Amino acid sequence: MTTGFDRRRLLQGSAAASALALAAPALLRSAAAQGGPIKIGFPVPLTGAFGAEANDQVRAAQLAIKEFNEAGGFQGRQAELLVRDDKLNPGEAAGRTLELIEKDKVNFLVGGLSAAVTLSINNVARERRVIYNSISQSDAINEAKDFGRTTFHEALNPHMTAGAVGRYVFPKSGKRVAFLSADYAYGHEMVRGFKRAGEASGIEVVADIRHPIGASDYSAFLPRIAALKPDVLCLCNFGRDQVVSIQQATEFGLKRNTKLVAPVLLFTSRKAGGEAFDGVIGGTSYYWRLEDTVPSAKAFNDRFRAAYNGAVPSDYGALGYAGVRSVLEGVKAAGSVETDKVVTAMEGLKADFYKGPQSFRKCDHQLVQSVLIVESKSKGLKTPDDVFTILGTEGPDERFLRGCDELGHKA
Amino acid sequence: MNDISIGGFPLDLLALQLVTGVALGAIYVLVGIGLSLIFGLMNVVNFAHGAFFMVGAYVGVFLYGYTGSFWLSLVAAPLAMGLLGLAVERVLVRPLYGRGIDDPLLLTFGLSYVMVESVRIAFGLTGLPFGAPPELRGAVDLGIGYFPLYRLFLIAFSLTVVGALWLFIERTSFGLVIRAGARDPQIVQVLGIEISKVWLAVFGLGCALAGLAGILAAPLQGVTPEMGIPVLAEAFVVTVVGGMGSLAGAVLAGLLVGIVVAMTSLVAPDMTKMAIFALMALVLLVRPRGLLGRAGALG
Repeated sequence: MTTGFDRRRLLQGSAAASALALAAPALLRSAAAQGGPIKIGFPVPLTGAFGAEANDQVRAAQLAIKEFNEAGGFQGRQAELLVRDDKLNPGEAAGRTLELIEKDKVNFLVGGLSAAVTLSINNVARERRVIYNSISQSDAINEAKDFGRTTFHEALNPHMTAGAVGRYVFPKSGKRVAFLSADYAYGHEMVRGFKRAGEASGIEVVADIRHPIGASDYSAFLPRIAALKPDVLCLCNFGRDQVVSIQQATEFGLKRNTKLVAPVLLFTSRKAGGEAFDGVIGGTSYYWRLEDTVPSAKAFNDRFRAAYNGAVPSDYGALGYAGVRSVLEGVKAAGSVETDKVVTAMEGLKADFYKGPQSFRKCDHQLVQSVLIVESKSKGLKTPDDVFTILGTEGPDERFLRGCDELGHKA
Repeated sequence: MNDISIGGFPLDLLALQLVTGVALGAIYVLVGIGLSLIFGLMNVVNFAHGAFFMVGAYVGVFLYGYTGSFWLSLVAAPLAMGLLGLAVERVLVRPLYGRGIDDPLLLTFGLSYVMVESVRIAFGLTGLPFGAPPELRGAVDLGIGYFPLYRLFLIAFSLTVVGALWLFIERTSFGLVIRAGARDPQIVQVLGIEISKVWLAVFGLGCALAGLAGILAAPLQGVTPEMGIPVLAEAFVVTVVGGMGSLAGAVLAGLLVGIVVAMTSLVAPDMTKMAIFALMALVLLVRPRGLLGRAGALG
């Protein structure tokens, strides 16, 4: 009796088990299809004056995607990067962003490189309530009128960068300061940051010259600046503009009396500019030699080197990595890809991805992080990529940011 | 330093700014002449001119790395671009003669994209570092202030090249054929001269001049795949202001544009880019065919 019953139970059980075993892959498949891959839209200026930086951003961002997928993704879902060329043009960027959201149905957006372009991406993303983590320097993006709950800013902002560099340079190099700046938001914001930081050391602005962005020759601005013999010349421009203006300032012999300063001293620019950059001081969000003191930087560099034939990541490249990583860590922490939950998770993220501790400030979603002060060199290099000396680090501290009230955020 | 000043700027500074403008103009002149020559003779608007300028710089910098001689680069870059120009004329441009101005324009426009993209693939996006050769580094005291030695060299070298070119076109029999060909190619043909060979040679010469300008500009701004783009716009302005096809016009206009850029950047730095085009508009209003252009060059 009992044996018979048992046998029946056994048969029933095994039938159910085998049915389940057959159905399981299909169930899993349908669960995955429901979500599909986690798509991250990545508009950056692949062509144009910042092409070198943008291409490095893509390489590093791919690394963050690869790491995430190799670690198993999120609930079986893999991440995918959808790179688009915004051509360094706000209109083009808006179009591409809209496409990414409407047509490609991206879950998140990371990218941008240029103050005007990042604001344009942000506008589109904010209206459609898609999380956008900007990896381009901008002050305006932190201000209440451009900010939305889905806006995040992984990059440094001009106020932090120029502030840190100014606080380092002015007390050491002198009070008579000249500016040569690219005539667009980035240049204006950097100048404002320097002037604010210079108040403490009582700087005197002897010239404040604006040049058109992408000017091919700066020689015509230089005799006037040289004649003023300033202690410090701040070159508030970016990418190729920075390379050419530093090269020509050196050629005109400005270094005899004047310390050349670039708020954002780019790794790629220094590599393109060569020894003309010698002695130029500037700020940066990341430099690979940070690996000498910061373990997470070492780990990041090693993975980058392994993936890209021994190359080291540039500053803006590293931001591409961190920008994507922040969003994906947000997904993991939230246990969801839903916008609201990921926003909350990112707000609470205390991380050390590649450069030491970092976290988002609640009111404006600005990443509070360290600013490195570096000096360019061309002698005694360990490797051809060993182009900067790290002079100092201004640690992550909300005091160096503009206050939430000043930005127009209500408490 | 003296105390005389005009418009709030000391005379020394104004003089120095003028020299800066002339040095800027020297490059414009070299790029403009090539473009103007090619247009004046064969009615081909060479949109690849900026790309030849850029590739010339790359060839020069690459050779400089190999040989260590800037002077060799100064010979090799125009030579290489001249040869490339010959090939382009023979294979690509020639089949389009007699088909109006648009076809060669579109062809060279496309060619410039191919050249830029090829350089991006071969040398990367970052550009190559390049400074003036050691013997031309540093600045010289002109009495009105310090001025980079390399830019003085640039002025002298360009003047020499322009002088040689003038002698070639005005004083040699081949130059005579070029001038005649620009006036009336059919009559030249009737006289038993193969005009197609003249066109070939002039296209090569124009491209060689673009290459020379490229390597000369390399120490000023470094070498990048996109360096030819702004140059092309400036070269067109020089050609239009000077008068299509006029050698003397290109020289005059090149220097004028350089000086206008330098002076504008003193009084209204943010207007420099616009000033070039304002100058062009002004000249076209007063003299529609350019300062020294022939009547009906575009007709």
